[in-house]
Amino acid sequence: MTDRPVVRAEGWGWRHAGRSEWAVRGLDLVIQPGERVLLLGTSGAGKSTLLSALAGVLGGDDDGETEGSLLVGGLVPSASRGTVGLLLQDPDSQVMLSRIGDDVAFGCENLGVPRSEIWRRVDESLAAVGLTLPLDHPTARLSGGQKQRLALAGVLAMHPSLILLDEPTANLDPDGVIEVRDAVARVAATTGASLVVVEHRVDVWWHLVDRIVVLAPGGGVLADGAPDVVLAEQGAALAASGVWVPGLEPVVRRGPVAGGPVAAHSGGDDPVAGGPVAAGREVLRAERLGVARTKDAVIQSGISLTLRAGRCLAISGPNGSGKSTLGLTIGGLLAPASGIIAAPFGLASDEPLRWKSSQLVSRIGTVFQDPEHQFVSGTVRGELEVGAKAVGLSSAESDSRIDELAQRLRLDHLLAVNPFTLSGGEKRRLSVATALVTRPAVLILDEPTFGQDARTWAELVALVVELLASGSAIVAVTHDERFIDAVADERLQLTPIGVGV
Amino acid sequence: MTTLLAPARGTRVIHRINPVSKLIASAVIGAALVLSIDWVSATVALAFEAVLFCFAGVGFGRFVVRTSPVWIAAFFAAVTILLYGKPSGESHFRVLLADVTDGSITLSVATLLRVLAIGLPAVVLFITVDPTDLADGFAQVLRLPSRFVLGALGGMRLAGLFLEDWRSLEMARRARGIADRGRLRRFAGQAFALLVLSIRRGSKLATAMEARGFGAAVRRSWARESRLGSADVALIAISLTIAGTAVAVSVATGHWNFLGGA
Repeated sequence: MTDRPVVRAEGWGWRHAGRSEWAVRGLDLVIQPGERVLLLGTSGAGKSTLLSALAGVLGGDDDGETEGSLLVGGLVPSASRGTVGLLLQDPDSQVMLSRIGDDVAFGCENLGVPRSEIWRRVDESLAAVGLTLPLDHPTARLSGGQKQRLALAGVLAMHPSLILLDEPTANLDPDGVIEVRDAVARVAATTGASLVVVEHRVDVWWHLVDRIVVLAPGGGVLADGAPDVVLAEQGAALAASGVWVPGLEPVVRRGPVAGGPVAAHSGGDDPVAGGPVAAGREVLRAERLGVARTKDAVIQSGISLTLRAGRCLAISGPNGSGKSTLGLTIGGLLAPASGIIAAPFGLASDEPLRWKSSQLVSRIGTVFQDPEHQFVSGTVRGELEVGAKAVGLSSAESDSRIDELAQRLRLDHLLAVNPFTLSGGEKRRLSVATALVTRPAVLILDEPTFGQDARTWAELVALVVELLASGSAIVAVTHDERFIDAVADERLQLTPIGVGV
Repeated sequence: MTTLLAPARGTRVIHRINPVSKLIASAVIGAALVLSIDWVSATVALAFEAVLFCFAGVGFGRFVVRTSPVWIAAFFAAVTILLYGKPSGESHFRVLLADVTDGSITLSVATLLRVLAIGLPAVVLFITVDPTDLADGFAQVLRLPSRFVLGALGGMRLAGLFLEDWRSLEMARRARGIADRGRLRRFAGQAFALLVLSIRRGSKLATAMEARGFGAAVRRSWARESRLGSADVALIAISLTIAGTAVAVSVATGHWNFLGGA
């Protein structure tokens, strides 16, 4: 029994219903009990598909077509529920119940574990992930990292022989990443369960795993072996495909770059833009600004800042310090709790909040943290046309801007696709592109690099550098130190209570 | 964030009572009082309830805030009946269709008391109900299918995110340059976007629940036992007493009018 492999795939493949290409094909893979595997591959190589299949949540014959065989603990995955635990990327969609104890117990209940045994396992699992809170603590009051640890405890309480982690830290801030990584390490050490991790940030995980498997985009396995061996052989190729390989991270130097096709601000003949911008000219000023999501919940106050053409201001600080709220306030989307914002663009008012939506979009562009919140159209092209229509561009001008942007951000082959079906990286690139169509003088980016692979990251940095060179003022609300190093001229560090330097 | 599902805590008797019995108790009082519209039965019920509210585990401030919709509803219902209720007896005041008569005054008072007598205990009892416990009760005491009950519970959690999503969508639309359109079109578009977002969230949650063995072929166990105890029997007995006394006093004093028939 113990010698039986946890996972055995033989010529396994899966094709989603309605797709012509196989998501995974010809896969031969054996994972032994207790092995810890980091699963890598370019996006589209089928990593997530394989994890879903192992977890038994891929769906039935209606959802797609399968070939070859895939066994988990000697059984087909759908019959082995409970022996496999899956931790997903989004912390919010994994919380099921309102008290943490109940949430951990949920999986055990579904498996029919007797009541007294359930509560023993709940205590044991919460301790294993280091979540020492009362059992009736409200799940709504947990941070992102705590929510992921809670979900891990829920998985653990089911006593799985195989734990699957699908980009478990992609949505977390740096502290949350460490929290979850350490909890996984502890769990792996104490339970002896096998581990399969999908994650493009290799540096976080590679000391914790004893094997790296690289899936080939066309199907099958590209490389398989000890972490340092695989990274030495495949590191360069992996890095080129967007995997964050330690020592091979993208390097971007900021220097004077000629205004690219995306960025060039048009002159006074442009019907909507504010006119030519000289680098260093002040475009927006905030004084003694207080910010709040709702009127009586002021998060920060006394913030003064100046945005200048061709300069990038990075706003950073821990979760809950009001970074995003400040970004939205500068962007003319939220009313300031106190203080003033002045952006002299020759409109009736200098206050962005008082501008019409169509006036705002050609002057201050805001890219939200969650791209899905911003999508309003059924196709990628439609999405890019929204801003162009709002500011009344001619159709010829609109088409030429959209084609340039789509090509520049590798979206040109996706113009007819529904935005919601794009990958994470594609969604991010589209949300940035939608803000650039109207060529705003100020661009506000909220966590632009969150969860992005190295390739998209490098493209975003290059784009920002290009925009700066052409005179845009950019605000980046971000945790990403590497991004700040690459693009920021100034930095505003927020603390939970006030402003630091 | 998800204030909709904030757990209700406390150690008083009221917190130990099964949510299902609270539901039954509210239903018993409600059922008895909708059968007649007279001021006597409602007054008797309210008098009993006023005493019981002292043991409801709810402070005065919270009581006022949470029951405010009931007071407001009762007031408007009473005013409407006062002005437009079936006229009878002497007319005191008359403008256009409004006619305040002896009959409409009596009916109006009866309505006011009735809305309060049915609404207040229902709200007060449910302040201390945790949705998770209610789901446990539905599945274990009332034996409703667990898939249905737990699915609904998961859905309720998502409903708590609606307000936040709505605000984000509003800002996102302004940022995209399409917030100048007519109010109605904007609202329709945004409501549709919220629907799309909710369905996506729902399907993610369903996957996460399935990954935790939800819907497995095994017979489900329950981490929290939900059954009826002596406190539950007491609450239901009290509700029957209130309902019975209210009806009896009303009939005995000749005020009972079955289903509004005089």
